[in-house]
Amino acid sequence: MARFVAHGALRMDAVVPKDMNAEAFGVLAAGIPAVPYGVPVAEAYPEGSFPRRILGLPEVAGALRSLVGPDPTVDHHFVHVREPRGGSAQPLHGDAIIDVRPDAFDVQLMYYPQDVTPEMGGTLSVPGSHLRRINETDIGRYQNLRGQSRLVCPAGTVVLLHHGIWHGGRRNDSDVVRYMFKIRLNPTVRQRLLWDTADLHDPGVAEELQRTFPWYEPATARLETYNRIMLWRALTGDDSFDLEYWATRVANRPGRSAV
Amino acid sequence: MTAVRQQVLVLYLGTSALDAEVVGWSVYDGTGLTSPTTGDSDEPPYRTGVDALRDGWRLFQAAQLIPPYPGHEYDTSFLKHEFLFEKLVTTTEG
Repeated sequence: MARFVAHGALRMDAVVPKDMNAEAFGVLAAGIPAVPYGVPVAEAYPEGSFPRRILGLPEVAGALRSLVGPDPTVDHHFVHVREPRGGSAQPLHGDAIIDVRPDAFDVQLMYYPQDVTPEMGGTLSVPGSHLRRINETDIGRYQNLRGQSRLVCPAGTVVLLHHGIWHGGRRNDSDVVRYMFKIRLNPTVRQRLLWDTADLHDPGVAEELQRTFPWYEPATARLETYNRIMLWRALTGDDSFDLEYWATRVANRPGRSAV
Repeated sequence: MTAVRQQVLVLYLGTSALDAEVVGWSVYDGTGLTSPTTGDSDEPPYRTGVDALRDGWRLFQAAQLIPPYPGHEYDTSFLKHEFLFEKLVTTTEG
């Protein structure tokens, strides 16, 4: 969870079995009918349907349970198709509209049914961008950032993204159609201590939460840490949590009189 | 027949100093000879803003330093240190 709070993403390589990946091409090419906003998973996707089986895979279900908790609702889904040697890259963007919830987040599941090579223009995403307050394609001027992720992955890979992550579909310069299936999930419970917290006080937690990325300006990187502290406090309920005294120092306003 | 066209380089630097390291970059090419786009490179074209000057790019705009709005001092948003450069290129039309 600390890694997700720092990166805004969790990548699980080849967690979808080969037979489902093979089946996916037909399912995605045919299209998956839209569902109303905000309906429970069971209502959106009948038992045995392809999306329901993706969400039910143990690794996927476990990760989603940790991030958004039990019984999330389906915000929406979309099948992305990048034609070979056609179209252009999407501008860098955050999905939906500016979303500054300090204590809740949606998760975007992205499923890749085929091997994605560099030429196929896998999704561009920017690690650690999810807490920046921007609105959709206002960041379209940014073409490249140091440390960006240009997804190359084996078939069956699932990436779970915080709703705020900066991303975009890259231009497909290969001869192969590239598919990606996205489902946005909304929590229906408070996102507090939903994951296996046996190692909550492991030093590795603080180490992950203080991770910096090559595209961060050094001064703003400190604010990123501050904002992660605030998110970690919300996720754990521990209002005293801090890293290197960043949050405690600037909140110290003693009321005790010395005279 | 020749014409002058503008190439634009946008560098995002680690601090407000022009000799700070590049953290992000974009290129727009008015000659039409290249089509730079989102996510087309992992390596910045220059290490610092000054390195771009040394290669002939002319700075024409730098981001202002704007203090945070009261109450929003810890918010993060756009990259802060944006520098726009140009090169004027003589091209052959037709």
